[in-house]
Amino acid sequence: MNAVPMGNESATRITPGNALRPEDIALEVRTGLAKPTEDVAEYALRLGDDGLILAQRLGHWISRGPELEEDVALGNIALDQLGHARSFLTYAGGAWDKTEDDLAYFRREHEFRSAAIFEQPNGDFAATIARQFIVSYYQFELYRRLTESSDATLAAIAAKAVKEVDYHRDHSAQWVLRLAGGTEESRTRMIQGLKQMWPYVAELFQDDELTTRLAETGAAVEPSSLKADFDRLTGEILAEAELEVPDGPAAPGGGRHGRHSENLGYLLAEMQVLAREHPGASW
Amino acid sequence: MNESKGPEATTDRNAWGLWEVFVRSSRGLSHVHAGSLHAPDAAMALRNARDLYTRRNEGVSIWVVPADAIAASDPDSKGSFFESPQGKDYRHATYYTKSEGVKHL
Repeated sequence: MNAVPMGNESATRITPGNALRPEDIALEVRTGLAKPTEDVAEYALRLGDDGLILAQRLGHWISRGPELEEDVALGNIALDQLGHARSFLTYAGGAWDKTEDDLAYFRREHEFRSAAIFEQPNGDFAATIARQFIVSYYQFELYRRLTESSDATLAAIAAKAVKEVDYHRDHSAQWVLRLAGGTEESRTRMIQGLKQMWPYVAELFQDDELTTRLAETGAAVEPSSLKADFDRLTGEILAEAELEVPDGPAAPGGGRHGRHSENLGYLLAEMQVLAREHPGASW
Repeated sequence: MNESKGPEATTDRNAWGLWEVFVRSSRGLSHVHAGSLHAPDAAMALRNARDLYTRRNEGVSIWVVPADAIAASDPDSKGSFFESPQGKDYRHATYYTKSEGVKHL
């Protein structure tokens, strides 16, 4: 018989595989094995802030989902996003001698680099699904390409993240189809949710000096280069759901440069209060 | 778990149906009952099962079955259902002695 115990594996036999953990990145940063350039750190900060803010938003659904199962699904997605954020922020912090916690808890609103869509309020379940739909299709295209980054750490974080975001994509698409094809009420809400979130799509695909500089070195991906695939793939789902791609003017973006809506201030106040009240506290 | 679902449970369109989840922990093993969950349809049941029952690396394959579709033995008829084999040792191979001349069995 096989020497390896089989069946009924307990939680102590977890094999995380080669998945890169934030702790591994922290170690590499501390020992000087990995050191981001100023530009790469700025870029990692953007991606990390996207995940962090989204995780905080999604966490609010726990105990409030339409069913217990959906609480868990959104909670899982939130934790995935938080995991990506921890890796990106840990790496970014390597340029400025800061930890992930320094960056998450002790920066002010104008120092956050997340795009506006991530801080949009949850709204009803359909609005949250609309936000998830946009964000996960965007993140999938981004991480898929970032796995080939010339920066080895960014590439490794993306390789882990892309598989998780692929599932987030599927989760949101399944719900778009069901809400659109459900009752008159659910369809109305889905249309409303998409209309509410779509103005924030444009900002995700805007290039700027930083992304252009980094794309030249092969470290980053030009956001505009993701748009065609995003349009095609989200378009396929929307067509299947017999929904129109919402049109209308794009919302002013400025998140990448620290300009945020009033939504972020409230979110940060809640997210940061404990760490600021009790600096250095741990479990 | 054993109480039968009343008809109102299946006709209530606002409630998600109950699904039984079977997870195979690795290649070569059977699917084993892991638990149950609520979902609006099979595709979502699979996804909910993935979130609820395989988040600690427990599985390589999942089956979901509508709870209604499972016919279960009646726990009250344990005697007539399961006690009959008792005393019938001849149904086990170990009951028999090896015949002479049989070298490999």
